[in-house]
Amino acid sequence: MPPDLEPEPTAAPLAFELPLKGREEASGWGRRLLIAAVLAWFAILILVPGAALVRQAFAKGWQPLAAALIDPEVRRVFALSLGLAAVATAVNTVFGIAMALVLVRQRFFGRTLIDGVVDLPFAVSPIVAGLMLIVLYGPESPIGGWLDARGIQVIYALPGMVLATTFVTVPFVVRELAPILRELGEEYEQAAHTLGAGRWRTFWSVTLPSIRWGVAYGVTLTVGRCLGEFGAVLVVSGNVIGQTQTATLYIADGVESFHPEGAYAASLVLAAASFVLLVGMDALRHRLEGAREVTS
Amino acid sequence: MEAGSIFSRRRPSPELLLRGAGLSYLGVMVVLPLLAMAWQATAPGPAAFWAAVTEPYAWHALKLTFLTAFVMMAVGAVTGTATAWVLVRYEFPGRGLVNALIDLPFAVPTVVTGVMLVALYGPDSVVGAILADAGWKVIYDQPGIILALLFVTYPFVIRSVQPVLLAMDRAEEEAAATLGAGPCATFFQVVLPSLWPSILTGSALAFSRALGEYGSVVMVAGNQPLLTRTAPIHVFGEIESGNRHGALAVSAVLLAASLLILVALHALQRRGEARDAS
Amino acid sequence: MSVGPFVDVDAGPSRARPAAGPSVAFHHHRGAWPPPRVEAWRPEDGREEKNVAIEVRGLSKKYGSFQAVNDVSFEVESGKLVALLGPSGSGKSTILRTIAGLESADSGSVMLTGEDATDLPVQQRGVGFVFQHYALFRHMTIRDNIGFGLKIRGVPRAEARRRVDELLDLIQLGGYANRYPSQLSGGQRQRVALARALAPRPKVLLLDEPFGALDAKVRDELRTWLRRLHDEVHVTSLFVTHDQREAFEVSDQIVVLAEGRVRQIGPPQTLYEQPADPFVAGFLGAINVLPLRSLKAGSVGGGPEEWLDMPPAEHAEAYVRPHDLDVFAARDGKPYWPARVERITPLGGVVRLDLRIAPEHPLYIEVPRDRSNGVGFATGDEVYVCPRHINIYDRVRGSFDPVDVHRAIGLSLESGAGI
Repeated sequence: MPPDLEPEPTAAPLAFELPLKGREEASGWGRRLLIAAVLAWFAILILVPGAALVRQAFAKGWQPLAAALIDPEVRRVFALSLGLAAVATAVNTVFGIAMALVLVRQRFFGRTLIDGVVDLPFAVSPIVAGLMLIVLYGPESPIGGWLDARGIQVIYALPGMVLATTFVTVPFVVRELAPILRELGEEYEQAAHTLGAGRWRTFWSVTLPSIRWGVAYGVTLTVGRCLGEFGAVLVVSGNVIGQTQTATLYIADGVESFHPEGAYAASLVLAAASFVLLVGMDALRHRLEGAREVTS
Repeated sequence: MEAGSIFSRRRPSPELLLRGAGLSYLGVMVVLPLLAMAWQATAPGPAAFWAAVTEPYAWHALKLTFLTAFVMMAVGAVTGTATAWVLVRYEFPGRGLVNALIDLPFAVPTVVTGVMLVALYGPDSVVGAILADAGWKVIYDQPGIILALLFVTYPFVIRSVQPVLLAMDRAEEEAAATLGAGPCATFFQVVLPSLWPSILTGSALAFSRALGEYGSVVMVAGNQPLLTRTAPIHVFGEIESGNRHGALAVSAVLLAASLLILVALHALQRRGEARDAS
Repeated sequence: MSVGPFVDVDAGPSRARPAAGPSVAFHHHRGAWPPPRVEAWRPEDGREEKNVAIEVRGLSKKYGSFQAVNDVSFEVESGKLVALLGPSGSGKSTILRTIAGLESADSGSVMLTGEDATDLPVQQRGVGFVFQHYALFRHMTIRDNIGFGLKIRGVPRAEARRRVDELLDLIQLGGYANRYPSQLSGGQRQRVALARALAPRPKVLLLDEPFGALDAKVRDELRTWLRRLHDEVHVTSLFVTHDQREAFEVSDQIVVLAEGRVRQIGPPQTLYEQPADPFVAGFLGAINVLPLRSLKAGSVGGGPEEWLDMPPAEHAEAYVRPHDLDVFAARDGKPYWPARVERITPLGGVVRLDLRIAPEHPLYIEVPRDRSNGVGFATGDEVYVCPRHINIYDRVRGSFDPVDVHRAIGLSLESGAGI
């Protein structure tokens, strides 16, 4: 029999576990071929079209591009796009946080169904979303008729565009926050309760700070999608030039007809904006992962 | 939740208020429009619905939509899995950049996507001219639709497969190797079976997205009845021309297909969780 | 003792080998495995008695600037079960993975059953590998898991089925053939992993911390089971562990590693009693290290020189195992060390005494419970300590010098234990 052996204090771990990286497969050629294929596909699909857009926008040099961008029409369409994005994002952020709290912290009949309903706008074609709003609020519908009688026009007007933009971006904040809230658990909030903090106080000083990066990520996604929304807004806007034309509608119009320079310039601006948003999202994701490591 | 009696009050509990607000919002924003549409689409009865869907233009648009989405899904599943594999498993210059730009198609407005693709592959471009010389018409034709769909759905499969690959225990592959399996046998018999659920999830989401895609497709494909008119384009045309019922019927088909996919995915995930639970 | 439901592997008549019996099949198929009794087998190339299954020569491996393995050489005899023992980061897993071909060394060679396997891909080395976290194929049933290696090698279906059934019996999981790994407990999974590795009749079996992921109790059961299994099937086995108790319990031979180097090779008891250096002495079990000179200065007579042939070297240290010390209430004129009891900790079968010995050295002793009861010490008591066996380590020469203290001071064992 081996002698009695105690857990040994002198045998302290000497070093870290070895990194598994750098372990290379033997077949170098297959690997290189695969990498090349993947990169080529990425280039054909993503990079080169992006470069083509930049080239097209600068085709006649700086001046026409700058001229197109300071055109009052272009400024107006961007202002409208930004306004719509601001309203839709604000609404969806407030209600998105509420919805995430309800879905994660509460138990009630039909919760799973509601959880699925939140995702519905992702499954709906933007065109169909616009059609839905026409059916519900259009002049021929009961609600639309009632509103029309009181001088409120929803469809082919600003309220309809706000509704359309909001509809397509409902899921973003909720979907981003639900897993974060779930992972966070209720202990922090309960700790605040035991320390005498009321609900409102707990929300502002405990819950919200813990999910702030998640909110930021959800907001970024929402803004990006709002700025880029096309189909739903197209259907409900009526596309009245000078009144209900957003940046995306302007681009579509421009390419098809009379002012391609403006369309290319606006496209470039939107593409650049989405690129900036993407970089922001990437940074936020690092934050989120960092925060997750700290809490776990 | 009703344990929220830390501060016992007679007023409705804050939980209830919150839930009421959240559900009302969802009801007004999402459920109400959906119900309104479902009601209007089915009101004229099944025969009229069937007639509207099988009317030649509508039928062709639906066929084209599903066909292009299927082709996109097949190509996207393979390329997406390969891209996720390369990004997770191999070191190479530009890896960080590619990884950061994967989500670009989610961020870029679909109209801009269309403009980009036309700028590159359109008849006025260098590449488009070369393709035309070779007898390939991409833009304003069906291949253009598939190209646009591939662009807008590019991240789905990659982002779905990537975390699974990252979390995968390499020891399973090593075990297969010690048992005599070569790289191909290991990939197809050991790795792929573990990846299937995530590939399927990503592909299904991409498919659902492709069914409804409008902005990029309309820019790239134009609006040519019986050639490049997909279902969403058709719906828009019908709305414009005042054929409310035709638009609703085709919309209902698109919506039903997307919902079916969503429900199936939920079920698949539920089953997957049940299997991995123990 | 109770070791769970699967310990009766060798309880049946199949023990009387090499007669016919279900488990004999392991040795006769294809001759890939060494025969059960090493002594009874002579290699044809006329090599001497020792038949080496694994031979590692001058293995080195660097990760960046970190020298994981540094010129490691050792060999494993056919049919033996050998442990690679070392703390984490000592390079033991890297060595094992290099032998399997899962990793390549910077330099050095690996021979498997006499063939140079250094440049052979892992698929062709014919090794069985058991991973710490089982690495079972999640989407395959237990049967398909075990049969994977046979399928890959194109073994006919009927034969593969027979072989899998045999192994399922061996690991006592016959009723689980159609289950999935997630439906099994950790211990059961590891037995499946073992069966899967054994199925293609590997030349050698390599196990990487095979019990590391299991609960203490299951780990004990599985250890006993592995030992018995090995006694039955006699496949040459090399396993990695950081747990010296595990290495003692299971292996015929231990290779102690630290910082990528081999420190000592030998049978467990030899290593325990005659360690080559302080690291091995400390790693194989708790040990007290006492500077001899300060002992001499602090003790009232009865210094170590009384039981040494010659005076200790300047910086010599005494290495004493906790159970190699006796405690007495009185000195009785013997050369014992005076000490003070600081803490008494009952540990079930033994009692741990933390003492402080002149002037400032903690000393940790374990005595059987009944004996300590008889003495009835309390915290703060003055007691007398005498080692039975110590190892004097000379820092300058870097060598150990074992001393049988009892013989040196003319004590008989009876008088030492006779309180």
